[in-house]
Amino acid sequence: MTSNRKNRVISPTDRTTRLLVLEAGRAERNYWSDLWHYRELFAILAWRDITVRYKQTVIGVAWAIIRPLLTMIIFTVVFGKLAKLPTDGDVPYPILVFAGMLPWFLFSSILSEASSSMIGSAHLISKVYFPRLIVPASAGVVALVDFLANLTILFALMAWFRYLPNWHVVFLPLFIALAILASLGPALLITALNVKYRDMRYVIPFVVQFGLYVSPVGFSSEIIPENIRIWYSLNPVVGVIDGFRWCLLGDASRLYVPGLLASLAMTALMLWIGVKYFRGTERSFADLV
Amino acid sequence: MSNTVIRAERLSKRYVIGRHRQERYSALRDVVVRSVTQWARTGLDAARGRPLISGDEVEDFWALKDLSFELNCGDVVGIVGRNGAGKSTLLKILSRITEPSAGRVEIKGRVASLLEVGTGFHLELTGRENIYLNGAILGMKHAEIRRKFDEIVAFSEVEKFIDTPVKRYSSGMYVRLAFAVAAHLEQEILVVDEVLAVGDAEFQQKCLGKMKHVAGQGRTVLFVSHNLAAVRALCNRALLLADGKIVADGPVEAVARRYISTSNSTDAISFASNPAQPSITSIVVDREALSTGNLIVDIAFVAPRPLPTAVGGIMLRADTGQPLWGSNSRFHSSGEIAKGLTSGILRCEAPGLPITPGTYHLSAWLADWHEELDSKQDVLSIQLGGESADPLRLSSSLVGHVDWPATWRSVRREDASAA
Repeated sequence: MTSNRKNRVISPTDRTTRLLVLEAGRAERNYWSDLWHYRELFAILAWRDITVRYKQTVIGVAWAIIRPLLTMIIFTVVFGKLAKLPTDGDVPYPILVFAGMLPWFLFSSILSEASSSMIGSAHLISKVYFPRLIVPASAGVVALVDFLANLTILFALMAWFRYLPNWHVVFLPLFIALAILASLGPALLITALNVKYRDMRYVIPFVVQFGLYVSPVGFSSEIIPENIRIWYSLNPVVGVIDGFRWCLLGDASRLYVPGLLASLAMTALMLWIGVKYFRGTERSFADLV
Repeated sequence: MSNTVIRAERLSKRYVIGRHRQERYSALRDVVVRSVTQWARTGLDAARGRPLISGDEVEDFWALKDLSFELNCGDVVGIVGRNGAGKSTLLKILSRITEPSAGRVEIKGRVASLLEVGTGFHLELTGRENIYLNGAILGMKHAEIRRKFDEIVAFSEVEKFIDTPVKRYSSGMYVRLAFAVAAHLEQEILVVDEVLAVGDAEFQQKCLGKMKHVAGQGRTVLFVSHNLAAVRALCNRALLLADGKIVADGPVEAVARRYISTSNSTDAISFASNPAQPSITSIVVDREALSTGNLIVDIAFVAPRPLPTAVGGIMLRADTGQPLWGSNSRFHSSGEIAKGLTSGILRCEAPGLPITPGTYHLSAWLADWHEELDSKQDVLSIQLGGESADPLRLSSSLVGHVDWPATWRSVRREDASAA
């Protein structure tokens, strides 16, 4: 009787269950396959965050659009009209600003959404196991949705100014991916630090505000003096923003290749540090949050 | 192939507690400040030629120490022990929430951990959405949830509100929906922590029934509960933990008896006394007397000056916070009055309290005829009545807390009409 019942409970797919070994310092052995195994949870958490965000308030949706629009107007007035900074070629200044702001807002919202996500999911982390990487990653997906909304605004803006991108635009997905990778490294690092040191949350708004002016959002990176431009490009966002402008603004924007490579190298380094630190501390998250 | 699904070898978990580690997390600011002061102090001491005292006073606390056990496929194991015995830590390790500090566990099969009902439920989402969300969090596949969706909804009895955000649910509906998802998990190993302590009495019984059904399917279940009666009803085997070690492992009846007998025959709590104030120094409840329904409480007190007439009082409160019964030595006086004492023990004996077996919270007072001197509110939780009471008995939330026998017989209609 029992064997009959067992057969019903343990379906054929489960027969291949691997032996799970829990040991001090060993939890990370199947890390990446585990992460793949939990892809559905990742999807559903991302879906939850998006649904909740767009369900809760009209303002929530509008905010995602109003914020970059207002920033764009202010930057156009301050940098374009008052400071009279040059644009790339004949690109209207609002488009130049918006093309730079898109990746910046993607970067900064991934950073802030991810860093607070782990504390926000404390009740989950202390009750259920899953690879903790899923939490900041799925929080980042919300930022991606806001980004896509903003992208359509940019296209509307370009239509308004009757400005057509050229064939470079096909590379845009590549640079979107780069923007995500560039934000993931610092995001993971800050997320992990935030679990351990709660005052990290004061650091993030500062970094975000500071970065907005340090990165070439309100101006073209062409105005950076040639001799320091390679150093300037060590900010991974610089490469991303330059890439975005190159994709969207057509011939008017030139791609500064050494700078892009520097940004790429920095992105890779930050990603490595971020993932390494996150994985190192991840195991103790449940004891800390 | 061996039948063992969980094998633990010398499993240990250490938490670091110490002067500076009361907070689980810290602020970077504090870390910086601390290391600077530490460094400065060390430098100063070195300069003065004093021996260096190493670091902070860090203390290790072993929540679990050298646990070894094997669970076979189909075992339904109850884990019992007093608060702080390491039950929850063990569940957390088995469900991979935290990792062991030493030793190892081998687990064969998928583990579902139910350390809480409704983990990850989001108030803004509808019941339907929350089923998918909660299911995914508990490790179910999307297809699996879709297949069982109707069954889950039927079990939860919230069909009408399935597309309403759960923030509009009553707490009972919320819990029913949450348990319904958990009850339909398909993992081979279930790790369950006290989830039966939810919902109304009727639903609790439904949950117990469902758990029994699950246990009968040849799955392995680990069940932590303070409710020894539920453990007895569900499990065939039990582990008794005390201070992070296994002190008994075997058939549930034997372990349960051991648990009752090894736990102190008294429940007691003591307090630091305030030298300037008359104060209660300890409250002691006779546990053996409790199991037969008799309440015997000793209230010890000290006072800086002789108390003209020391009056003691106790009160029992239900889990709901409702006061049930109380007594003090002024109104229930035996004629013998403690006069002019600076220290002493006031004993209250209440034989055969007509209160439903269960857990109650005890408060105690010390007074001086008119004036309250000290009070200790809800300081002891006591288990009144036998542990072996029928787990499916009518719960006190249905029939109240008064346990008074009545006689029942069948009366024929003729008799009734004749009268």
